[in-house]
Amino acid sequence: MGIYTELFLTFAKIGSFTLGGGYAMVQMMEKEVVDNKHWLDKEEFMDTLIVAQSTPGLFAIDMASHIGFKLKGVKGGIVGALATALPSIVAILLIAMFFQTFKGNIYVEKIFMGVRPCVVALILAPCFGMARKANLNRYNWWIPVVCTVLIAALGVSPIWCILAAGLGGFIYGRIKR
Amino acid sequence: MIFLQLFYVFSKIGIFNFGGGYAMLSLIQDEVVNKHHWMTVNEFTDIVAISQSTPGPIGINCATYTGYTAVIHAGYPTWAAVLGAILASLSIIWLPFILMIYISKFLIKHHQSKFVTDIFGSLRPAIVGLIAAAAIMLMSKENFGNPTESTFQFILSIIIFLFAFVGTRLYKVHPILMIVLCGLAGLLIY
Repeated sequence: MGIYTELFLTFAKIGSFTLGGGYAMVQMMEKEVVDNKHWLDKEEFMDTLIVAQSTPGLFAIDMASHIGFKLKGVKGGIVGALATALPSIVAILLIAMFFQTFKGNIYVEKIFMGVRPCVVALILAPCFGMARKANLNRYNWWIPVVCTVLIAALGVSPIWCILAAGLGGFIYGRIKR
Repeated sequence: MIFLQLFYVFSKIGIFNFGGGYAMLSLIQDEVVNKHHWMTVNEFTDIVAISQSTPGPIGINCATYTGYTAVIHAGYPTWAAVLGAILASLSIIWLPFILMIYISKFLIKHHQSKFVTDIFGSLRPAIVGLIAAAAIMLMSKENFGNPTESTFQFILSIIIFLFAFVGTRLYKVHPILMIVLCGLAGLLIY
């Protein structure tokens, strides 16, 4: 089996079997890439994690393209990224087609009336865990609050919050030193 | 031109996405629901539920679904919608991909540098705010029911919300199981 085929199959598998998005994929990816295929050692894998966390874009796709890139350059990166994305593109396309037909259905509507409040809770719940990981303390607690108010109450685009936060951190660091 | 718009919007979402799927939701909602009206708040919430219960990154799921629905709503046939879905999904990937190839080596070498820690020191708290905003914007009467007109749905929605929040936050119930339970509750009670 060629290395590209192997790359493709490995990441397509990771893309197909990890529910719940990016961070849920880390464990499976480590098992495949470090333990089974020996493409990276443990330290290299940790470095990859840091890069994926600090660059923009989808976490899992960043991981896949970075690992592919390390192995086989740009071509390997493209194969890794596309292989990770492909299973979910196919799955969602099928669901979208199905959903357009069944949207008016009374039972489907009933199910989603129950599901919608649940989704809001599912989004809000990890917020508190993330607050700990983001090292929130009495000096920076206002940053998330201001962002929330700007976006949710005043309709400011989240893009401005990201730019302002990045720039603010940079300037603050400069002044402090 | 719907295809150009999809390409532009999802390229933008891709490049400004720090902090993973949930942080991305407020970006997607801002563009897809508020600015371009490609789907309603209800549809957006439904696709988040579907994304949670299907494999793959939530951003790709949202992009694929939005691409498909936006093109259908614009009056094109199914094959064009499939193209729109693929276009939107690739749009969200390509810019971060190119950027990553240039940045990765630099970051591996400098991830302990002051420059990088300064920026991420304030970016991470901001992302917490982004996620909270995404949740708050979805607490609408479309999703929870109108307190005066559909009081029963409103009260039940609040109960489901609290149940799901406590269940996932304190008892670590798996999100997919939670979605199934709440869907079942909706089917049986309404």
